[in-house]
Amino acid sequence: MSKFKKKSESSQDIPTAALPDIIFMLLFFFMVTTVLRETTMKVEQDIPRAEQLVKLEKKKLVSYLYVGPPKEKSLGSEPLIQVNDVFIAVDGVIQWVNQEKDMLSEVERDQITISMKVDDDTKMGIIVDIQTELRNANARKIMYAAPTKAKDN
Amino acid sequence: MADIAFLLLIFFLVTTQIATNKGLTLLLPPKQEDDEPIEIKQQQRNIFKIQVNSEDKLLVEDEPLNDVSLIREMVYDFVLNFGAPGDVKKGKADVSDRETYNSLPASMKAYIANNLGSSESSDGPSGAIVSVKADRGSSYELYIAILDELNAAYNRIYGERVGISDEDFRKLNRNDPREKAMYDKARSGIPKAISIAEPTKVGG
Repeated sequence: MSKFKKKSESSQDIPTAALPDIIFMLLFFFMVTTVLRETTMKVEQDIPRAEQLVKLEKKKLVSYLYVGPPKEKSLGSEPLIQVNDVFIAVDGVIQWVNQEKDMLSEVERDQITISMKVDDDTKMGIIVDIQTELRNANARKIMYAAPTKAKDN
Repeated sequence: MADIAFLLLIFFLVTTQIATNKGLTLLLPPKQEDDEPIEIKQQQRNIFKIQVNSEDKLLVEDEPLNDVSLIREMVYDFVLNFGAPGDVKKGKADVSDRETYNSLPASMKAYIANNLGSSESSDGPSGAIVSVKADRGSSYELYIAILDELNAAYNRIYGERVGISDEDFRKLNRNDPREKAMYDKARSGIPKAISIAEPTKVGG
């Protein structure tokens, strides 16, 4: 019996002094790696900068539309339109706008704002086509999203 | 160790940018009805024409321009020209050009009296339209640069009218009644008339 008793005398506590550090490390790891975006970008997004920016107040009324050359090279180099997680054609814009409008309450439907995030390699042709469709869909408030330009002086 | 951790935590808290909804806003014209006449005759002098071809070359008021940043001054002078301010009340705010002129601060009136008032340029801000016509093959980057300049010109006018800088004007919070009144005062009689014309199909 005495043989067993001797063994159990060694300390079995796990040292917890470093526990807060481990927790902090984990916290930082997730803070650094987390990206605050719900959609995965399938198009290039190198957005031209501008100076005279206005901030939109009601985030709920904003729907995002991304335009740019696809990241997947097999899809060619012509700019495509991405909404949510899929590519749509120009004539699918109306349908998408109506879907977005359905998610808003009835009084807010006319106030829907389309935020266009467009890559700087895009030509105006597709932008004009999208705008014509938006007019047809009666979503007239648009915003060209742009990051702030650093001042020269 | 905990101190270092907190320091890092605060560092990241301060430097992290959460994507904000910032950009250049624009109101598209209503849907085109087929039976509606599209062409509305406007006096040439009341339209400030900006054209871009597929080579990204600018044509401003029928003259080539190399530097986009010059548009700001040109549009500022164009809108505030007051070549022939009328007494007809127009627009949402129902103010005539003459009333708009009288409401301007003295410094702006002096500038207009000394430098502007040309009969070749716009009659008054209520009728002044800035038209942008970009070719289908022109770049989006240049388009944004032009829109940025146009907004800069208008914001400068609005800001100066109520005695603040264009940057402060942009940051006015329209939910605050006092700032909203300031915003409305700045904009009454001077509509931001930026028209995006249908582009040409063939590049120049």
